[in-house]
Amino acid sequence: MAEVLVYVDHVDGAVRKPTLELLTLARRIGEPVALALGNGAADTAAALAEHGAVKVLTADAPEFADYLVVPKVDALQAAYDAVSPAAVLLPSSAEAKEIAARLALRIGSGIITDAVDLEAGDSGPVATQSAFAASYTTKSRVSKGTPVITVKPNSVAVEAAPAAGAVEALTVSFSATATGTKVLSRTPRESTGRPELTEAAIVVSGGRGVNGAENFGIIEALADSLGAAVGASRAAVDAGWYPHTNQVGQTGKSVSPQLYIASGISGAIQHRAGMQTSKTIVAVNKDAEAPIFDLVDYGVVGDLFDVVPQLTDEVKTRKG
Amino acid sequence: MSLRIVVCVKYVPDATGDRHFADDLTLDRDDVDGLLSELDEYAVEQALQIAGEADDAEITVLTVGPEDAKDALRKALSMGADKAVHVEDDDLHGTDVIGTSLVLAKAIEKTGYDLVIAGMASTDGTMGVLPALLAERLGVPQVTLLSEVSVDGGTVKGRRDGDSASEQLEASLPAVVSVTDQSGEARYPSFKGIMAAKKKPVESLDLEDLEIEADEVGLGGSWTAVDSAAERPARTAGTIVKDEGEGGKQLAEFLAGQKFI
Ligand SMILES: Cc1cc2nc3c(=O)[nH]c(=O)nc-3n(C[C@H](O)[C@H](O)[C@H](O)COP(=O)(O)OP(=O)(O)OC[C@H]3O[C@@H](n4cnc5c(N)ncnc54)[C@H](O)[C@@H]3O)c2cc1C
Ligand SMILES: Cc1cc2nc3c(=O)[nH]c(=O)nc-3n(C[C@H](O)[C@H](O)[C@H](O)COP(=O)(O)OP(=O)(O)OC[C@H]3O[C@@H](n4cnc5c(N)ncnc54)[C@H](O)[C@@H]3O)c2cc1C
Repeated sequence: MAEVLVYVDHVDGAVRKPTLELLTLARRIGEPVALALGNGAADTAAALAEHGAVKVLTADAPEFADYLVVPKVDALQAAYDAVSPAAVLLPSSAEAKEIAARLALRIGSGIITDAVDLEAGDSGPVATQSAFAASYTTKSRVSKGTPVITVKPNSVAVEAAPAAGAVEALTVSFSATATGTKVLSRTPRESTGRPELTEAAIVVSGGRGVNGAENFGIIEALADSLGAAVGASRAAVDAGWYPHTNQVGQTGKSVSPQLYIASGISGAIQHRAGMQTSKTIVAVNKDAEAPIFDLVDYGVVGDLFDVVPQLTDEVKTRKG
Repeated sequence: MSLRIVVCVKYVPDATGDRHFADDLTLDRDDVDGLLSELDEYAVEQALQIAGEADDAEITVLTVGPEDAKDALRKALSMGADKAVHVEDDDLHGTDVIGTSLVLAKAIEKTGYDLVIAGMASTDGTMGVLPALLAERLGVPQVTLLSEVSVDGGTVKGRRDGDSASEQLEASLPAVVSVTDQSGEARYPSFKGIMAAKKKPVESLDLEDLEIEADEVGLGGSWTAVDSAAERPARTAGTIVKDEGEGGKQLAEFLAGQKFI
């Protein structure tokens, strides 16, 4: 069976969920070979093996942390040369998309980004994409070279499928341009203890209607009662009420949870672009004409300062 | 010494209009108005600020697109860019991102540059990979997705806010930069700027000028193929209730019914 190269997203050896989703999709088109880079790379092996990786290639070098993107492209290319895979899959994070694009150019292949599904086809893997703020669904293929495809988080349910996961060190020689962009310093983001926005099963978001940073506590309380991640509209972020990393939409994160709860958000096209594919959509807005109500499964026309705390109390009561 | 800045700007369909695919599964440009991608306004803005700090700088705005794409160039010129380059050729119809990066890279090399500035992503294709591809093709550093950028002498510095960390980056010029919508509000063109833009030079180039063969670009030369495009079915109308004191409880009832609680 053909091998499929999967680029691993991990933090110090802890594999992030989108990578497990990639392994699940990779098994539809071949045998997954995983590539893990940087600090803790070898520690990823057990999780990767449990999800179907037949082999885990690892490499660590200071270059991966000290310079932007290119050293990782060099490593992915080395893995590509070693494996000769039928396809290369990466998560659709900002960095992984850049790595994917540069690899595609180097190996003379086309690239598809932000796939939401993947299946085997007669002439190679067929990717489903959402276009124009998810108003269209397209099916595309890479027609030249080895398909390089990035996949959005939450595109598929993770399935375990134990495999050998034999760890093998990969030799990487860095290209002349690898040290071009220096990372002078890195400030890790503080963990909130809440689930990762793009991976969460439930997302609770607040917009301009929340009317102040101090009021975001209402949104957070609802999120915590449901074990959800917190999102925000750009209007709320631009006003400085919530960090940009929590922005949902075209220039923020794109989320596809089981449940999306929007409070005080009008539903502008750029916001919809980031949440329209959520399975169930709920909104609280005092304006009955707000465009968000065109998308909802359940909507409450009302003041969020009344509705949201009542909902939170009710959730807590029901959960006991 | 003059700092030569090239800003890549894309002409895109208005996101608030009804965007469609044409029969050949490329973007239908007839049905909806086009404009300068809003995210590229941030790139023009940062170019203007960097030029303002430099002793001597010249800003060229560059687009690859159909005849109407001149509108995007005019907008950028009216914001304050000095001149424009428009790459236009019938054979470009349907070009994918690898092809587009080839055309842009050749046009940038022909124009001459110290710094290339692009947006974080287009508002139609939204791939967010073109700046990285340009850096790969030009063989210069990529300093991308910056929410803050500055140029001092021959060095570009910037802040990249990623998922797990915020990074301070540095590279020597020449380099390719892309900026996010967090980099600073873009200015509105002034009346004076709009009048001045009418007199600024717009150079037109075609594939022959860039020594690119027709079969390297366009639908035929594309490295990807779209097999189908289907409009997403409209969501079935949901239940909408008016809060009369029990709105939160009613919502909880719905969520419990869906097994979320
Ligand atoms: C290039 C570009 C990219 C963009 N990217 C994004 C993006 O990634 N994400 C994003 O969100 N936006 C994005 N935007 C901005 C977008 O166009 C909207 O401006 C933004 O989404 C509006 O945020 P909002 O819904 O919170 O605010 P508004 O549109 O002002 O809506 C506030 C809503 O709150 C309701 N409300 C007010 N008070 C209450 C109350 N007490 N109780 C209940 N409801 C109340 C109001 O009725 C209203 O519907 C982008 C725009 C551009 C041009
Ligand atoms: C809905 C849709 C989906 C697509 N999917 C794919 C795909 O999966 N694979 C693929 O190969 N192609 C795809 N394309 C084609 C691709 O979008 C174009 O080739 C495009 O010009 C480059 O990609 P982008 O617009 O996504 O650019 P991005 O990488 O998002 O653009 C980033 C920046 O590059 C600059 N830029 C981009 N295009 C131009 C231009 N023409 N002129 C000047 N500057 C520019 C701008 O500064 C822009 O802000 C798709 C197009 C559409 C409309």
